[in-house]
Amino acid sequence: MLVSIYRYNPEVDDAPYMQDYQIDLPEGKDLMVLDVLNLLKAQDTTISYRRSCREGVCGSDGMNMSGKNGLACITPVSEAAKNDKLVLRPLPGLPVVRDLVIDMGQFYKQYEKIRPFLINDTPAPAIERLQSPEEREKLDGLYECILCACCSTACPSFWWNPDKFVGPSGLLQAYRFLADSRDTATQERLSDLDDPFSVFRCHGIMNCVNVCPKGLNPTKAIGSIRTMLLQRAT
Amino acid sequence: MVTQITSFGRSGLYDWMMQRVSALVLSLYTVFIIGYLLLNPDLTYDQWSGLFAATWMRIFSLMVLLSIGIHSWIGLWSISTDYIKATGLRFFFQSLCGFVMFVYVVWGVQVLWGL
Repeated sequence: MLVSIYRYNPEVDDAPYMQDYQIDLPEGKDLMVLDVLNLLKAQDTTISYRRSCREGVCGSDGMNMSGKNGLACITPVSEAAKNDKLVLRPLPGLPVVRDLVIDMGQFYKQYEKIRPFLINDTPAPAIERLQSPEEREKLDGLYECILCACCSTACPSFWWNPDKFVGPSGLLQAYRFLADSRDTATQERLSDLDDPFSVFRCHGIMNCVNVCPKGLNPTKAIGSIRTMLLQRAT
Repeated sequence: MVTQITSFGRSGLYDWMMQRVSALVLSLYTVFIIGYLLLNPDLTYDQWSGLFAATWMRIFSLMVLLSIGIHSWIGLWSISTDYIKATGLRFFFQSLCGFVMFVYVVWGVQVLWGL
């Protein structure tokens, strides 16, 4: 199979380029894209990429595989390759450090902005802050996000305004804390989001939902934030 | 919180709501005009000018004119903040859009009440 990989080493290369590799995959076995990269790494040790848990939990190996963002470790080659060709590029929209490794600084800045931690100014109880099963249920589909950045880097609104638009991942997390019954900073959180960019730059094209490797729905969370803002203001 | 002074309502929520409300007005008007034309295949000039002479129709049409202005202002403002990165050029484009929309609204009022 032909594997085309985006190569860029800023210390040596003037511009990024695509490098083709030919590889024989074992018969009768559907490897994951990360396995293919590991095999290629044995051939050419200069290929750089991030990976860690190799089972879709850590979110390190987010990349663009034949045009679609996803985690290389849980994407089968049969799904990612088109016409026996696999094209691997870094996640789009963020600066490339080297080859498939991107600088996630801007992504984390947006995450930091939404204050991704529980804020509660009431005195802490002796044991723990209790939630009813119904209250806990509201966090399902939100807390599972692993911050792999596949969604935000698939979003044109994030490409054009990564400094102003929080992006699908950050907004999913924002709603995770807005929906949490133990959080008391709901009003301040909403006030921080009520500008033309942070939330409202989302035009609902749902690229985020299409690529999320954990099957989450940031568009729905963004809709819920809008509803909360609307309920507060009308 | 991202500060913005050139957006329509200076609040994301307000712009978003106005965009939807104006879209609703525009679609109602479109459906109405198409329906009216389909139901009156032998439309005469008198009938057409009689329709636009009615006060309710003028209110409806003026609402549509304002909706077009608001809707396109919010839309073009979004596009300009996405694609025009040079501040001077972006401000010029936004001002130009504002001016053109104002001209259209005034001109539209003149057309509506000049019948």
